[in-house]
Amino acid sequence: MRVSLFITCLSDLLYSEVGESVVRILSDYGCDVDFPEAQTCCGQPAFNSGYQDEAREVARNLIRAFEHSDYVVSPSGSCTGMVHHYYPYLFENEPEWKAKAEALVGKMYEFSQFLVQVLGVTDLGASFPHKVTYHPSCHAMRLLGVKEEPMKLLSCVDSIDFVELPKKEDCCGFGGTFSVKMADMSEAMVCEKAVNVCSTGAEVLVGTDMGCLMNIGGRLNKEGQPVRVMHLAQLLEEGRTSR
Amino acid sequence: MSVQAGHGQDTNMDERIGSGLKQRTKQALQDEFLRKAVAFTTDKLKNGRLQAMDAFGDWEAWRDRGRAIREHTNSHLDYYLSQFADNVAGNGGHVYFCSGADDAVKTFMGIADRHKAKLVAKGKSMVSEEIHLNHHLEDRGIEAIETDLGEYILQLARETPSHLIIPAIHKNKQQIADLFTDASGQHFEPETKVLAEYARKKLRNYFLEADIGLTGCNFGVAESGSITLVSNEGNGRMVSTLPKVHVVVMGMERLVPTFEDLEVVLNLLARSATGQKLTTYTSILTGARHPEDLDGPEELHVIILDNGRSAQLGDPIFQEVLNCIRCAACLNVCPVYRHVGGHTYGSVYSGPIGAVLTPLLQQDMKEAGTLSYASSLCGACYEACPVKIPLHDMLVHLRHRKVKMKLTSLPERAAFKTFQTVFGSVTLYKLATKSGYYLQKPLVRGGMIKAGPAPLSGWTQSRFMPMMPKQSFRDKWAALQAELAAKKAAREEQR
Repeated sequence: MRVSLFITCLSDLLYSEVGESVVRILSDYGCDVDFPEAQTCCGQPAFNSGYQDEAREVARNLIRAFEHSDYVVSPSGSCTGMVHHYYPYLFENEPEWKAKAEALVGKMYEFSQFLVQVLGVTDLGASFPHKVTYHPSCHAMRLLGVKEEPMKLLSCVDSIDFVELPKKEDCCGFGGTFSVKMADMSEAMVCEKAVNVCSTGAEVLVGTDMGCLMNIGGRLNKEGQPVRVMHLAQLLEEGRTSR
Repeated sequence: MSVQAGHGQDTNMDERIGSGLKQRTKQALQDEFLRKAVAFTTDKLKNGRLQAMDAFGDWEAWRDRGRAIREHTNSHLDYYLSQFADNVAGNGGHVYFCSGADDAVKTFMGIADRHKAKLVAKGKSMVSEEIHLNHHLEDRGIEAIETDLGEYILQLARETPSHLIIPAIHKNKQQIADLFTDASGQHFEPETKVLAEYARKKLRNYFLEADIGLTGCNFGVAESGSITLVSNEGNGRMVSTLPKVHVVVMGMERLVPTFEDLEVVLNLLARSATGQKLTTYTSILTGARHPEDLDGPEELHVIILDNGRSAQLGDPIFQEVLNCIRCAACLNVCPVYRHVGGHTYGSVYSGPIGAVLTPLLQQDMKEAGTLSYASSLCGACYEACPVKIPLHDMLVHLRHRKVKMKLTSLPERAAFKTFQTVFGSVTLYKLATKSGYYLQKPLVRGGMIKAGPAPLSGWTQSRFMPMMPKQSFRDKWAALQAELAAKKAAREEQR
């Protein structure tokens, strides 16, 4: 199965190890992974700030980059959600590009969604003997409808000590440009999230979106909290290799 | 005790909805009482809703049905409005269509003048807030008494509602006891029962003395011209039956075609608002007092307000906002609302629905449109909405409107133009991100960026930022490919 990785700009620039984990896992499950070099960003920062024309041109670049892919997998529910939820709208007045946008929607998956729904894998044979809590990201849950998949994968991890995060479905306060534009609102939200994470006593916070994790992790770092923040793919890969 | 019409702590707040947003946010975030009170009650309401949804079953089907009813009604609003108005008139009521707030106020004053009204007893009505009726009554020397307990508390405090259904959500028991103590001259302990008992006794006289009873309308039923009122205190029933004149103020979109439809939206409303199966009182009023009735007003007047609503009809993106049934479920799940409360929005309608509705009704993108930024776009509002209004999408579209109208700052516009150019081409992207690595260096301390100039300071005020490593994923791709190829070769060799 030929799978193209959409790394997302955030993971490309700041969290390359997340991409490496995704690729290693997919490759172990028989996927022939490629990396279309022309990809950059999904355009969400501009779109969510109201700059639809600017977002459209960045979206066009992404559509072109994956035009010849069979499947596209991304370690972000938010960026995948952007493509699924808004790309067809962005090209509403350009029938040819709308069709291309819809084609991308049809083959694009978030990492945990791809494992569970397409590859049909839930038990990756990982072992992770640590106390772990999970923050579900808003866009994965609500734009993309990915709710069960990450939990299915985590529940199959051996020796994991899983603790539920209180108020887990509350936004962490990232919201892209919201975090700097409405910094005080964002701060109140991320502080509450960090308090909830710490209240679990977990050593590890896991999630499916590096945006949220950069936000919560950044807060935990500033507070000096010794919580390790990981993408689900990293946790699964580490759990597989340590076995 | 003399109660004057309360019209908020800052009379001119509407003019600075946008410009004052950040300052009000800071203020609210420093108010621990407010944050605790709002979080406590919104959590309670939210959990009530979730339990009620579960117990009811088939929630998604009910939502779809509710949405379909509201969508159908608003798509044929001219028809249903005329049917509704004909039926109200057929039952002996008077109907007034008012295009704006001034018009509605004038209409109300006309009715009040004809009856030489000195005292108006009010049931809870957000539309009366929208047209700032209390303020105008006060100017005319007409006393208006809020009879909903929450609204009554706010009237004593001279504040405006901060929540659609729990107007005094930001007040705790102690603050309420203090208000009652100040107003009555007798001492009150912060005990709900005692406080409610006092208000009940106090308000009862007003029901009997009022010249006019004023209410809102939760739903008008077009097929019969009926006004539906839901309440948990019974004051709505008192206000609409005891005074000789009953005046209803309602938004023009507040209709359902039939009683069959009413059943659906009432089920959605009570469960979404408070988690109740049914509110304590559901009154369906059809016309003024009939000869065979034992009580009821001699006159019924229905003021139907447009005030920016009809401008949304036919709009492919925003018409749906008229489907709102004012349950406040979106406020109760909104993490922004929970932290900052309703007054921070600076508008009559707050929370996610307020952030969308206010700029649309006021047709003001410059100030009111700024409310669209008061959201992380988490989508919790849409998920909770009983009629599936995509509020998170609308917020983004409002921001787009602001951009199209060139109401965003020059540096911001330049930044996103640059974004388009750089992220629209991988060559420029690589070039820019490589320079980014060197540009960040003066800010990096111990592998992190802990402080920086604006706009980065917005981030670093509350969190650290990881530094950009020298190698991006794409820089590592060749090595990763080689690793995978070697692994594959080894696997094949084993076979």
